[in-house]
Amino acid sequence: MLSTFLAVLRRDLLLAWRGRADVLVTLAFFVIVVCLFPFGVGAEPNQLRAIAPGVLWVAALLACLLSLHRLFAQDYADGTLEQLLLSREPAAVWVMAKVLAFWLSTGLPVIAVAPAMALLLDLEQGGLSVLVLSLTLGTPILTLLGAVGAALTLGLRGGGMLLALLVLPLFVPVLIFGAGAVEAEVSGSGALAHLLLLGGGLAGAVALAPWACAAALRISTE
Amino acid sequence: MQWESWSAFWDMGGAAIFVWGSYAVTFGLLALELVLVFQRRRDTTRRLLRWRRAVGKEVGKHDGGEFEPALESER
Amino acid sequence: MTTSERSRSVLRFASPQYFYPLAGKLAPWFAALAVVLTLAGLWLGFFVAPTDATQGEVYRVIFIHVPAAWMSMFIYLVMAFWSAVGLVMNTRLSFVMSQALAPTGAIFCFLALWTGALWGKPTWGAYWVWDARLTSQLLLLFLYFGFIALTRAIEDPRRADRAGAIIALVGAVNVPIIYFSVNWWNTLHQGASVSLTKAPSMAATMLAGMLVMAIAAWMYTIAVVLWRVRPMILERERHTEWVGTVLEKELQAVAANKGGRA
Repeated sequence: MLSTFLAVLRRDLLLAWRGRADVLVTLAFFVIVVCLFPFGVGAEPNQLRAIAPGVLWVAALLACLLSLHRLFAQDYADGTLEQLLLSREPAAVWVMAKVLAFWLSTGLPVIAVAPAMALLLDLEQGGLSVLVLSLTLGTPILTLLGAVGAALTLGLRGGGMLLALLVLPLFVPVLIFGAGAVEAEVSGSGALAHLLLLGGGLAGAVALAPWACAAALRISTE
Repeated sequence: MQWESWSAFWDMGGAAIFVWGSYAVTFGLLALELVLVFQRRRDTTRRLLRWRRAVGKEVGKHDGGEFEPALESER
Repeated sequence: MTTSERSRSVLRFASPQYFYPLAGKLAPWFAALAVVLTLAGLWLGFFVAPTDATQGEVYRVIFIHVPAAWMSMFIYLVMAFWSAVGLVMNTRLSFVMSQALAPTGAIFCFLALWTGALWGKPTWGAYWVWDARLTSQLLLLFLYFGFIALTRAIEDPRRADRAGAIIALVGAVNVPIIYFSVNWWNTLHQGASVSLTKAPSMAATMLAGMLVMAIAAWMYTIAVVLWRVRPMILERERHTEWVGTVLEKELQAVAANKGGRA
């Protein structure tokens, strides 16, 4: 089981490395969305500081959403997915590996750039570590939930928009606790409760989402 | 009785637009839903009759063979 | 189980062939009940229930607002229930049921928001406040939209059924989480300027009117869903003999109707 997990993880990371232009596009999207806000709401530092946690989190969420449709698309097109579904390994295992590889190649770069973008919005220094921590706990949940949506909309016309419609309402709690954590830290009331809730959410998502995702993949490829 | 006159009833203590706006939209939407449901029923019957004529006597003998004409889409 | 045994058991109504005529027979009765109860509820609400001490007459929106909100939440649960039944027992009718429920649920959800907004303007001074209940209701509407869009987007009915069932279940698991998170967010952000607590004491007649309207909404839902599910069944079962018989009858009825009018 572990060997399957590692093999799929390795393969997907390798593929992601070969297609690294896609990762850069996601990253550029994140940066540009954050940079749009000062133009929209004005460059008044106090105001920017006030909206920084929300803006950073919404931008990260959208960046995550933007790339989601790629999660299974390639494997669906070339038949790899069917082969994997036919294998005797439990589907949840390799689904988990694929999701992890996907998060490492799209979520992690966004998290790495996030502190720099936070400085652009003049977020207080104390909030930076909590921002990174909340993104680290939160974006995997987004990827896991999004994977279910991506599996359900596989190969459909207008799948991208449909995917957004399906998963955005489910992303709301993550956004609330993620942005809330940063805000709570900056305002001095402490982010522990938010982070614990995010951690709990992550544990729940890891336990449930791969199964739902595997079932969805079976339905979509039948 | 709650109301001194019919005009007082329609006025709803000055909140007529809010109260009647709510009720009008509610019953309007539900009526629209019913109309659409019955329209769909009529359309489906017609569509299926046409489809069965196209399939001919093969219907019932086999469970959707290769020669089956496609059912027209809903819209 | 042999066929004859099966046809005698109550379970036979899970087969489309038996359910179709049953639904056709029951729907008008539920519709009639809905009409009677609505009239009774409106009479209670507008002519028996007293004017509210703090809100005046505008509170009378409650007689549709609360039933619509209840219905929208309940229908989502029923949808998830039928989806689970369909996935576990592999009964096609269950999936069709959940798809027939969705539009009505979405309509009630929208109505709860619409009446909430019209009620909010005179009482809170704004059409929309980001109150926990309103916000959850809005997200529920998005969940309905997602379900409807997904099941409509998939051509193959088998895949549409199952994919819809999965998203309905994922949504149902998330509804409590969404509600909790929105509540949490709301208590942090909501200033004390807007108090959203309803008057604690409600006249008995107000409550009665609201409950009667809620039951009316139930009856309406059952009737309209039964009516909506019928053509869906015909379409799914179009290869079978019995659908042919039903369609022939329909054709004759239409012809007789035309002849009568001419």
